[in-house]
Amino acid sequence: MQNATPWLSLSIWIPIVAGLLVIATGRDKNARVARFIAIVGALVGFLVTIPLYAGFDQSSPVMQFVELAPWIGTFSVNYHLGVDGISVLFILLNSFITVLVVIAGWEVIQTRVSQYMAAFLIMSGLLNGVFSALDAVLFYVFFEGSLIPMYLIIGVWGGPNRVYAAVKFFLYTLLGSLLMLVSFIYLYFVSGGSFEILDWHKVPLAMGAQVLVFFAFFAAFSVKVPMWPVHTWLPDAHVEAPTGGSAVLAAIMLKLGAYGFIRFSLPIVPDASQYLAPFIITLSLIAVIYIGLVALVQADMKKLVAYSSISHMGFVTLGFFIFNALGAEGALVQMISHGFVSAAMFLCIGVMYDRMHSRQIADYGGVANTMPKFAAFMMLFAMANCGLPGTSGFVGEFLVILGAVKYSFWLGFAAATTLIFGAAYTLWMYKRVIFGAVANHHVAELTDIGGREFLVLALLALAVLGFGLYPKPLTDVMHISVENLLRHVAVSKL
Amino acid sequence: MPIESFVLAYAEIVVLVAASLILLVDVFLHERMPWFAYAATHLTLLVAALATWAVLGATGGGPNYAFGDMFVSDGMANVLKLFCYLAVAACLVYSRSYLMERGLFRGEFFVLVLFSLLGMMVMISANHLLTLYLGLELQSLSLYALVALNRESATSTEAAMKYFILGALASGLLLYGMSMLYGATGSLAITAISEAVGNKDANRALLVFGLVFVVAGIAFKIGLVPFHMWIPDVYHGAPNAMTILIASAPKLAAFAIAVRMLVNGLAQLAPDWQQMLVILSVLSMGLGNLAAIAQTNFKRMLAYSAIGHMGFMLLGLASGVVGGNLFSAIDAYGSAMFYTVVYVLMTLAGFAVVLLMSRSGFEADSLDDLKGLNQRSPWYALLTLIVMFSMAGIPPTVGFYAKFAVIKSAVAAGQIWLAVVAVVFSLIGAFYYLRVVKLMYFDEPEANAVPLRGDRDFRLLLSANGLALLVLGVLPDGLMQLCLDSVRWLTV
Repeated sequence: MQNATPWLSLSIWIPIVAGLLVIATGRDKNARVARFIAIVGALVGFLVTIPLYAGFDQSSPVMQFVELAPWIGTFSVNYHLGVDGISVLFILLNSFITVLVVIAGWEVIQTRVSQYMAAFLIMSGLLNGVFSALDAVLFYVFFEGSLIPMYLIIGVWGGPNRVYAAVKFFLYTLLGSLLMLVSFIYLYFVSGGSFEILDWHKVPLAMGAQVLVFFAFFAAFSVKVPMWPVHTWLPDAHVEAPTGGSAVLAAIMLKLGAYGFIRFSLPIVPDASQYLAPFIITLSLIAVIYIGLVALVQADMKKLVAYSSISHMGFVTLGFFIFNALGAEGALVQMISHGFVSAAMFLCIGVMYDRMHSRQIADYGGVANTMPKFAAFMMLFAMANCGLPGTSGFVGEFLVILGAVKYSFWLGFAAATTLIFGAAYTLWMYKRVIFGAVANHHVAELTDIGGREFLVLALLALAVLGFGLYPKPLTDVMHISVENLLRHVAVSKL
Repeated sequence: MPIESFVLAYAEIVVLVAASLILLVDVFLHERMPWFAYAATHLTLLVAALATWAVLGATGGGPNYAFGDMFVSDGMANVLKLFCYLAVAACLVYSRSYLMERGLFRGEFFVLVLFSLLGMMVMISANHLLTLYLGLELQSLSLYALVALNRESATSTEAAMKYFILGALASGLLLYGMSMLYGATGSLAITAISEAVGNKDANRALLVFGLVFVVAGIAFKIGLVPFHMWIPDVYHGAPNAMTILIASAPKLAAFAIAVRMLVNGLAQLAPDWQQMLVILSVLSMGLGNLAAIAQTNFKRMLAYSAIGHMGFMLLGLASGVVGGNLFSAIDAYGSAMFYTVVYVLMTLAGFAVVLLMSRSGFEADSLDDLKGLNQRSPWYALLTLIVMFSMAGIPPTVGFYAKFAVIKSAVAAGQIWLAVVAVVFSLIGAFYYLRVVKLMYFDEPEANAVPLRGDRDFRLLLSANGLALLVLGVLPDGLMQLCLDSVRWLTV
């Protein structure tokens, strides 16, 4: 199905071109121009993703908005884009978050503005590319390419220990993806010379090969998710990254790993996935429970939210590897919801950090007295983070728990403990930071959020509440694709 | 002798005549026209390129033999020669102001450069062990002299001595190996050697023994572990303008002699030499990438990185013949050639940055001199960033496709373990390339650091060079196709 307007290409290339224009404005004396081009680029980049949702045929599991053109003939690599009900939502989420990040960095970033904005715009385009690529090499190019801007964002605008965090982030993710590359090349030869992901879905593979390919994919995607025990880069990266970097990292980049599992691991090596599911489920449960406990003892707010992200992503991998529709859809909803909520949490911490230059919980207390509007917003996001009904956080977790109970009662029981731990660490942090008496004169001098910050948080609040009360727009889009995926996974490839 | 022989070698003749003329004329002109030799060298390269281009167009890439089959002109030869001209021309532009500041901008420099280029061209087109050896020696001797050109510098002289002694040793090994091949096959002509080996009437033990020496000699010239010792010292000790020359075009010529001897001449022994190349490849990738981490000097880091890169290139060269058949040979040798060409493009830009950093008086080649480059000269920092990510093999730069192509060849040859080893070492390599980016982008400039200044021609060329890595990274198809077409005739 060749579409008239290449909406996917536009959603990839408009941010990238805008990013290149922004970087061309050069030094900080042109910062105003740079910011202006950046916001226009981000907004247009978001607008062109709306037709992807509006024009999406929800009754069809096939790839839509397909664009196919030969790219590197000598390697039989094609420029092949397309989305199904699973990937389309992430493109919208990514473009939306990019707009917010540009607004959030409007005044906060005062040095090397053009490079900052350009890095985010280019990364946004690359991430859209990851979600829409149907050719494995194209996928890999976008997947790896997105490391470069993130490396620079953490390293240039990050905190005191930024160099360590940036290098650790880069090397951890690179190791995984290089092994994935080898398995891509292996699959290329096994499939008779094709890099088409959809062709690979149909290639029969022996169990031994499936297990090896599974572990190569696992290396790439588990680092990205991140799953316990390869999660250690995430707290470092989050703590050191600037606010916008943390938001994009949590909201979008972590989703690449989970997306990889459903686009590559499950359909390409279904038997190995079924066989090794207990292994993944165990790791997911460790992430949910153990990392949840780790989050409880954090003194640094960003670290706390980072661990909470790992714990939430454990829910996502759990949902995928119990192989039922409730679990998979719940995991997908959880991914979208976590995109909004984690971005919101990091932006909230950013709001406080901009004023106090501290992320330590102990430095705060009684913020509600001086920043009432902000406290209200943060309340909502904290509730969403612990999965309160009525917020988007609830829908995903509830569906995954239902799916897990269907799989095994005790699994569901163990997973459900997240509701307790999540509430414990989030609300305890909230209490210590926001409530109580004004802790010190710094807190007493705080000013409430301005119009720009209000806009960003309000947009996120709308999304969190909207999808919490009425998640149907999300689940309708993904339903057929998820059913199709699960049907495919159920058929052995041996 | 048929007239066509001379037509096929027009480019060589042009370079030879021009080198001799410049040597003579510059003696009289260099006072009044110091630019003469520089301009004449560029003109020579242009004319040679046109001649090679015409031959390539007229022959369509098929092999043509000349001078009693001692000289071959095929697609690979002509394409490699074109890249040699390009690399040498780029070296000249990059090093112009460096040479002028140090009083080395003299006729001898250009004459020696042209003679070494001629040597490379002869190596590339050699179809006879004697031609090959003559080309190799012409190239090497000119380069030894170039390294020692700055007579006042003790380090340069030391580097030249090391280069000369180890180079002579390598030539000796190669000659010894050649003599054994001659003993086993009764011929020095590569075509005849190939036939003799194919007929199985040659003494196999002697052949394999000779092969070991030949491979060792080639490994010396390419700079592969354990024959790599000269690379860091020579790269480091030579004046920057000579380093960029040694690091770029000679790799193309060394690749060519490896192909001429191993693929054209000894393809029947492929199972033997492929094994050797695999060992050399793993050792080079390992030592090159690990040792590069420990370097604080930019030139030494690039030197070790060169060793690592050549190890990657071997992945392609060692994957051509699988189980006695040649189905994947074109892909494999094409990927190795692609890697070499891409490496030369990257290394030119890398050493151009070294040249840019060295201001008159002293050589600023420590990695710390790159600190805070993004704040001093953002454009140069961005170009260096592209070069570093390309060397690390991160998409969307062309370095990724180079690695992709050779790893694909290794997997096609069923050597998945080798592919895994390669990616692990490329991960280790990424660390020190990232460190360069870190120095430029994350660190503050030192107090006395100044913005980097290059002349307009330098700036334009470096920009084109850096952006080419990016553009080829988005559209690598043309270059890859060119390399595949070039090697298409090798195995026929």
